[in-house]
Amino acid sequence: MTDALSNLGAATLRWLRSLGHAAFFFLDLLRFSPAALRRFSLVVAQVHAIGNLSLVIILASGLAVGFVLALQMYYALVTYGAAESLGLIVNLALVRELGPVVTGLLFAGRAGTSLTAEIGLMKAGEQIAAMEMMAIDPRSRVLAPRFLGGIVSMPILAVLFSAIGILGAYVVAVLMIGVDAGNFWSIMEARVDVWRDVGNGIFKSVVFGVICTFVALYQGYETEATPEGVAYATTRTVVISSLGILAMDFVLTALMFSTP
Amino acid sequence: MGKKRIEILVGLFVVLGAVGLVFLALKAANLANFTVGDTYKVQARFDNIGGLKVRAPVRSAGVTVGRVSKVALDAKTYQGVVTLDIEHGFVFPKDSSAKILTAGLLGDQYIGIEPGADEKNLEPGATITQTQSAIVLENLIGQFLFNKAAENGSDTGVKK
Amino acid sequence: MSDTLIEIDHVTFGYDASRTILNDVSMTFLRGKVTAILGGSGCGKTTLLRLIGGVYPANQGRVVFDGELLDTHDKDQLFRLRRRLGMLFQFGALFTDLTVFENVAFPLREHTDLPESMIRDIVLMKLNAVGLRGAAPLRIAEVSGGMARRIALARAMALDPELMMYDEPFAGLDPISMGVTANLIRKLGDTTGATSLIVSHDVQECFSICDYAYLMMPGGRVVAQGTPEQLNASELPEVRQFIRGEPDGPVRFHYPAKPLAEDLGVTA
Repeated sequence: MTDALSNLGAATLRWLRSLGHAAFFFLDLLRFSPAALRRFSLVVAQVHAIGNLSLVIILASGLAVGFVLALQMYYALVTYGAAESLGLIVNLALVRELGPVVTGLLFAGRAGTSLTAEIGLMKAGEQIAAMEMMAIDPRSRVLAPRFLGGIVSMPILAVLFSAIGILGAYVVAVLMIGVDAGNFWSIMEARVDVWRDVGNGIFKSVVFGVICTFVALYQGYETEATPEGVAYATTRTVVISSLGILAMDFVLTALMFSTP
Repeated sequence: MGKKRIEILVGLFVVLGAVGLVFLALKAANLANFTVGDTYKVQARFDNIGGLKVRAPVRSAGVTVGRVSKVALDAKTYQGVVTLDIEHGFVFPKDSSAKILTAGLLGDQYIGIEPGADEKNLEPGATITQTQSAIVLENLIGQFLFNKAAENGSDTGVKK
Repeated sequence: MSDTLIEIDHVTFGYDASRTILNDVSMTFLRGKVTAILGGSGCGKTTLLRLIGGVYPANQGRVVFDGELLDTHDKDQLFRLRRRLGMLFQFGALFTDLTVFENVAFPLREHTDLPESMIRDIVLMKLNAVGLRGAAPLRIAEVSGGMARRIALARAMALDPELMMYDEPFAGLDPISMGVTANLIRKLGDTTGATSLIVSHDVQECFSICDYAYLMMPGGRVVAQGTPEQLNASELPEVRQFIRGEPDGPVRFHYPAKPLAEDLGVTA
């Protein structure tokens, strides 16, 4: 009995300690970001690796989600004679929620895992140790540029997801189903607020970008240098990032959109 | 991959993001609708403003001429005081009336201005005196029931 | 300027309380000489290099670099001292996202303000010294293991360090490459006057180029030291087993276990 308790206690202490370790890691990322900004070409290279290379999947998903949303919402709205509001509904759904959240989940899967694997393998191949021995801080040269790259890429990707989703919905609603084009845009324009809806959505996506990139880098840095270790770390990146995104989404939505 | 090529691609990526943002802001949201032009303020008092919100449109004959900028309660008269920002191009006679109307059956509420006949126009800072409050659904139902009850009462000859 | 560049003084170290990797180790590395640290796997040789590089602090004892006591918490000191050393990792530890040229140029670009044209010249000269000038534009994925090590050597030499540390430089190489590497290490030390520390378990190659050697045993103790001739002539059982490569001796062949009969369930 006391064994079980002491095990639980030890496990809790270990968990607290790793939480603290992660917090220090996050602070380090922030601390070395200004230094990384000075080496702007490194950040640019990372925005390319993280952002540009995610474009295809983000745009494809956005388009698909836009199509499907338009179709599904149409069937729901047409029974109330409110098919004209289709554009509005799709826009709000995308810009406020689906844009940031789905992009975040895809980002965690595509960019997060690749970051984790890359850092993990660099550590395994002693590249990080080699850099330290050359008196170069790997945090400012390897980690912080990737962190900044992720934070810059996420909002751009989320915006593109929403934009192409709306265009996709337009194609389905106006060109295929026959909803009036003028109403599609004008009702949307009248009711979607730039600061409240679009702006909050962008803020959400920045928060999600921070979460995903931080978790990915941390998991990669702390992983065991074995194939199983790296596999386990990439899994953890996706799981923790996704849960973090969903949890923060709830909190942020409650904060931002509680009053109509 | 050459450094230059990467930088160009990243630049394109950022530009694409900016274009997407502009699209969302202008085409898909109400940024373009903000009256960036000069406006003048006019006040109107209502017994009940219903669901009127700040930034609700002010329309005349269905055309949007301004926006609601502020909603407050007058501590002395317990009336709702609504401040309207009307674009400079539009002037209304002094005795115009302001009504709180609903767009569609269940839509948002807005202020409709019906022009009066006075020769003098509303000055900036003036107050619209003729107002009609929002239709509150409960009052309507209550009134309907009261009327119905009164009808039945007079039918059976019950006098109160 | 004393003869001793690095002094390890009664150092004990373990990553955590349960395992001691280095046990009261004392060594001296003389300036300009090639010193070898020999021993089987698990006797703490690589850890020793990490302690010299200031990656970990010793639990007990001191590490002295050119008269300065190493304090791993002093970032400025670490930065200063690390610029005077070069380390060759076991598998090269090259930066896989850069080309061969960029790998060797890395320390130059990071630590100096030299113009690109000068950096280019230095990089090509270093690559030339290891015989790989023609491989400069290649990506790391395109080079073989032996080439990778030589490129890593060029990179470690880029700033002409006073101390060169080699972690298992001969492991896994074919005889020709081994000879090439040994040759390079010796020539490098002789021409630049750098102090070389070789951690290895390859006795023959080490003895052919080193001036002095330490033999370590599992458990992190130094059991013998001396010039190659002295070690070859030593009567200590540990030394003889290691040098002659005998399968059983002070280093046991069997991992500790119950008697075989007991494991097979056969009564003795």
